[in-house]
Amino acid sequence: MIGKSILIDAVSLVRDSYAISFDAAIEAGTISAIIGPSGAGKSTLLNIVAGFEKPHSGRVLIGDADVTGADPSDRPVSMVFQENNLFSHLTVETNVALGIRPGLSTDPADHSKVADALSRVGLAGFEDRMPGTLSGGERQRVAIARALVRRKPVLLLDEPFAALGPRLRRDMLLLVKQLQAETGMTLLLVTHQPDDAVGIADNIVFLDRGRTVASGAAGGFFKRDDIPGLADYLGDEER
Amino acid sequence: MLGRRQTLTSITAGYAVLVGMAVVIGAAVLALLLAAAGFSSSEDPIFSAYMWKVTRFTLLQAFLSTFLSVIVAIPLARSLARRQTFFGRKWLLRLLAIPIGLPPIVAALGLIEIWGQKGIVNTTLVAMGMDSPISIYGLTGILIAHVFFNMPLATRLLLAQLDRVPSEHWRNASQLGLGQWTVFRLIEWPFMRSHLAAVSGLVFMLCVTSFTLVLLLGGGPAATTIEVAIYQALRFDFDPQRAVILALIQLLLTALLLALFVLIGGTPEEDATLGQPALRYPGRGMFARISDFGLIAASAAFLVAPLVSIVLSGLFSDLARLLGEAVVWQAITTSLVIAMIAAVLSVSMAMTLVRARYAAQPLAKQNRWAQLFRICASGASSLVLLVPPIVLGAGWFVLLRRQVDIFALAPVIVIVINAMMALPFVIRVLEPAHTTHMARTARLTASLGIVGLARLRLIDWPGMRRAFLLATAFAMALSLGDLGAIALFGSQDVVTLPYLLLQRMGSYRTNDAAGLAFMLGFVCLMLMVFADRGRRSGDAGAQL
Repeated sequence: MIGKSILIDAVSLVRDSYAISFDAAIEAGTISAIIGPSGAGKSTLLNIVAGFEKPHSGRVLIGDADVTGADPSDRPVSMVFQENNLFSHLTVETNVALGIRPGLSTDPADHSKVADALSRVGLAGFEDRMPGTLSGGERQRVAIARALVRRKPVLLLDEPFAALGPRLRRDMLLLVKQLQAETGMTLLLVTHQPDDAVGIADNIVFLDRGRTVASGAAGGFFKRDDIPGLADYLGDEER
Repeated sequence: MLGRRQTLTSITAGYAVLVGMAVVIGAAVLALLLAAAGFSSSEDPIFSAYMWKVTRFTLLQAFLSTFLSVIVAIPLARSLARRQTFFGRKWLLRLLAIPIGLPPIVAALGLIEIWGQKGIVNTTLVAMGMDSPISIYGLTGILIAHVFFNMPLATRLLLAQLDRVPSEHWRNASQLGLGQWTVFRLIEWPFMRSHLAAVSGLVFMLCVTSFTLVLLLGGGPAATTIEVAIYQALRFDFDPQRAVILALIQLLLTALLLALFVLIGGTPEEDATLGQPALRYPGRGMFARISDFGLIAASAAFLVAPLVSIVLSGLFSDLARLLGEAVVWQAITTSLVIAMIAAVLSVSMAMTLVRARYAAQPLAKQNRWAQLFRICASGASSLVLLVPPIVLGAGWFVLLRRQVDIFALAPVIVIVINAMMALPFVIRVLEPAHTTHMARTARLTASLGIVGLARLRLIDWPGMRRAFLLATAFAMALSLGDLGAIALFGSQDVVTLPYLLLQRMGSYRTNDAAGLAFMLGFVCLMLMVFADRGRRSGDAGAQL
């Protein structure tokens, strides 16, 4: 699986009287962290890449293909949300298997693919458990396992670890980084923690009030003083 | 969070209301039982073939009505949930709420106009070459009417379930490319299924105790339910023995159903949903589009047609002449007076019970009596459901017929029965509002030492006003449209609007009936609109 580049070209849309306009170029096979204050449009950016929201103007390219008008299921993208990633009345195995075959028909070959994905996220042998019996971190691992079996070049993470404790969150980020290195997929991560961004990402995209204000290499990004709004967002003690 | 004295008075008042209700209901049931015990067995067999037939038909029509209502409600709720934005969606949702407030007798008239022999449906069918069109009288008519009332209710309750699906599920489904059928099996069906038993139970209960629709649309002994048979036994055949036995059968039936109902999880709730519409990615396919909007349009037409027909024939009837008749004005006045007193009585009883339950709450932990009281007070609504108005009326009819002129007492009996009938709904409006209000103000009020009238004027009335008005409007609408109690006790001296309407329909004065139905329906819908607006904008947290 090789990642694809993402180009968000002059995308705009109007939401409840405030306008959004995004421009970003994400290189293939990299990890980008998307940061910014609440309401800056971080989730909207991911929704536009995934196809859950359609821009009023502009283009979205994944690899060389223009996907601006494509349905979510036609895009080479997987997404993991903060919660409710799993269908609670289906077993872990079925939840993951939906990523291979969206019709619930089972194939013996799927069995080993699911088992393999589960062991890669550290949940070997969890096939028959129900989501309700898992911890929050384990449920997110299952969601990531499903993203793995889907083998899509782009993975979007919408604050998937925000509800976890610090230690667990760090473990999950390490897992994600490791999986990204193994698969080479392109990864976009929305986070509220500047530390996470620096720890895992190659690049950082900073959003403020519906705009992509700046993007650049993660190293030293928070020391930059040419980015309007960044100091406000970080607060004084960071500087 | 009430003072000692307040706690005591609240609980005492609550006891008084409970005892009063127990006396009213208990006396009726006791009168029925005693009367049944007094029958000599030498006469006809107590459970005649007729009674079995009536009981069987009651259950059969309720079963079919429930089945049809739910089988339509499931795909309709699904289509409405899938299509979050289309022109008129908001109006359609309001339309689904109308049957709750529409008097059954008005709706029946509208349905007869549409589905009757000269109605648009049959005329079309005849024009298409069918020679035996649908008959609105008999089982078919009863089913159409029950679906008209209960399908929208079931749809609203199921739609509320679908609105509760986390938006991530829809997004996951569309990203994984799940087909329509898989989405139904994985998301929509499990979410609806969890409420299906409760919804079906509620609809079944409403259909078993449905009186007015069966009275108007049932045809003779072949299509009669227990409640209508009780009415016929008392008012036409004057056969109290048969009425008593039928009333007891009905009591047994509702008791069994209520027990079942509690077992499957009680009344379904319709929660306020998030204001934001769920982002849905429904099938773009032509087939999905046609099936969704086809179903939505057909349902809307089914619900709107009788309403339009009531309005049109009401406006074309001679309203001016009707309003010139003294008896019409008498009926309007009687109806309004009865409805207002019944509503005030109902709201007062409900508030006393709600207050007493609240007062007993802190005591319930240490005192078993207080705990028992709280259970009794919440059981009061179920007690009302257990003894339907007709059965309650039959009991009092049997009890009083030898002692006094029951028709002179009619207004009092009708008011009491109407007030009790509205009680479960009124409590459902007041209790959440009261809980919120007390959570907000109780500690502060107690610490400032505001009590008595000052408390009522400064704290409780402003905080609860909206819920009070809402509950009163709803109770009034229910009482205004009720034909159950008045059918048993009405006479030339006590005529309400629905009763007058029934008389005019009985003497085939269709024009008068149309005018009266229009007036009655209009007043009730205005009250419901008022109540609904209060619910939307207010923090009453009401769930009707």
